[in-house]
Amino acid sequence: MIALLKRDLAIATRSGGAAMLGVLFFLAVVAVIPFGIGPDLNLLARIGPAILWIGALLASLLGLDRLFQADREDGSLDMLMMQDWFSLVLTVFVKSLAHWLATGLPLVLAAPLLGLLMNMTATSTGAVMLTLLVGTPAISFIGAVGAAVAVVLPRGGLLVSILILPLAIPILIFGVSASYAAVTDPDPFLPPFMILSAIALFFAALGPVAAAAALKGAAD
Amino acid sequence: MMSHEAFVFLSYAATAVTLTGLLAGILLDGRARRRELAELEAQGVRRRSKSAGGISS
Amino acid sequence: MSDTIISQGWFTSLANPTRFLALSGRILPYLATAAVLSLLIGLYMSFAAPEDYQQGMTVRIMFIHVPAAWLAMMCYSVMAIASIGTLVWRHPLADVAAKTALPIGAAFTFLSLLTGSLWGRPMWGTWWVWDARLTSVFVLFLMYLGLMALHKAMDDSGRAARPAAVLTLVGFINIPIIKFSVEWWNTLHQPASVMRLDGPTIHPSMLYPLLVMAIAYTLIFFTLHLMAMRNEILRRRVQAMRRQAAQAIGGGA
Repeated sequence: MIALLKRDLAIATRSGGAAMLGVLFFLAVVAVIPFGIGPDLNLLARIGPAILWIGALLASLLGLDRLFQADREDGSLDMLMMQDWFSLVLTVFVKSLAHWLATGLPLVLAAPLLGLLMNMTATSTGAVMLTLLVGTPAISFIGAVGAAVAVVLPRGGLLVSILILPLAIPILIFGVSASYAAVTDPDPFLPPFMILSAIALFFAALGPVAAAAALKGAAD
Repeated sequence: MMSHEAFVFLSYAATAVTLTGLLAGILLDGRARRRELAELEAQGVRRRSKSAGGISS
Repeated sequence: MSDTIISQGWFTSLANPTRFLALSGRILPYLATAAVLSLLIGLYMSFAAPEDYQQGMTVRIMFIHVPAAWLAMMCYSVMAIASIGTLVWRHPLADVAAKTALPIGAAFTFLSLLTGSLWGRPMWGTWWVWDARLTSVFVLFLMYLGLMALHKAMDDSGRAARPAAVLTLVGFINIPIIKFSVEWWNTLHQPASVMRLDGPTIHPSMLYPLLVMAIAYTLIFFTLHLMAMRNEILRRRVQAMRRQAAQAIGGGA
């Protein structure tokens, strides 16, 4: 499994991979906001956490169809599919983890720079980073289900985003809620953060199982 | 703001239009499928079970 | 061969599409008549019901809003059960049931959102608010649309069956969220007044029209669903026949 993790990471970070593209898209989305909304610094600081979260969500969603595409293109997906059920679930888990390390984690690390662009305070940026750290794995794990469903389609990328978006909405809601709670005084930070963590753990368990089921279904 | 009666009327009208549209869609779909089946059978295409002379259902 | 008939359960016998077509064809007229009748009775009762002392006649929207919302959730539950049938038992008609319920469920969800909005504007003063109940129903609507997009994306009518089943079951978590959203969160939408452990809190003069309309909507759903299932079976037959015709042309001398 470690070998699979390393392999996926290597594939994602070499030139054909989409790792850097995710961060660049994140940057593009967040950078465009001040152009659209205007340079009102107070307004930018107020909507900053939400914009960062939406940008990270979109960047993650758009990179999801690559999760299984690379394997399908070179034929290794068929070999992965020959495993027994438990190994397949584990494989999907590892692949999702690799996907997160390659595309989700860079988003978390890019957050401080983008927080600067949105004139956010250090606490605000820190809260966004922490919630993204917990939330982006959740997106990767549940996104695996969409990626598995759309793997047989030639232009399945957009469909994956459409399918996963309803499931990713709770992640967004609690992530933003916790981020804002960290800077707004009476609002409690822990409850939404705990729920976000719970969703992440739940999706980490459900995602690979459902994705494996979808892969098996598509192979029949 | 419209009168309250207008809101009630709009709600019932929208419901009627949507449900009727759904029904019409299903009826038209059925008609098209039956037409396609008739055309295919007229061309002499047989369904697998019939040509194999299998268990009649 | 016909004297050694293996007795089948009704469930397995329903798995045969031709038998299903025959059976559903016989039930359908009665089902449709019952649906129309109960709808007419329900409409009459809805307009005969007294006006609410606060809301006036606007309360009549409740008689089409609440049943639509109930059906939106019930339809998804039917799809979830059908999805289990596809994944666990590989019942041949389960995926037909799941696929054909989609546009009907989407329509009911749309109606519940629309009538709710038309009710909210005079009563709450706003067309829309992002509280837990409305947001989760909106998410349900997105799920219906996403699943319909998935089915459309596959050329073969039945290719999307198992992936769609998996997605339907994953999304089922939304149904209890919708149901309990008004209890778990502080919402603008009112809390439950019918399906409660203590029993309904609505006065019978309004409860009975509501229940009759709910029955009417349920019958309408099953009528439309059966009709759509029959269409889908025919659609797959046409596809199979076309494929066979193409093979005959390709493989024949």
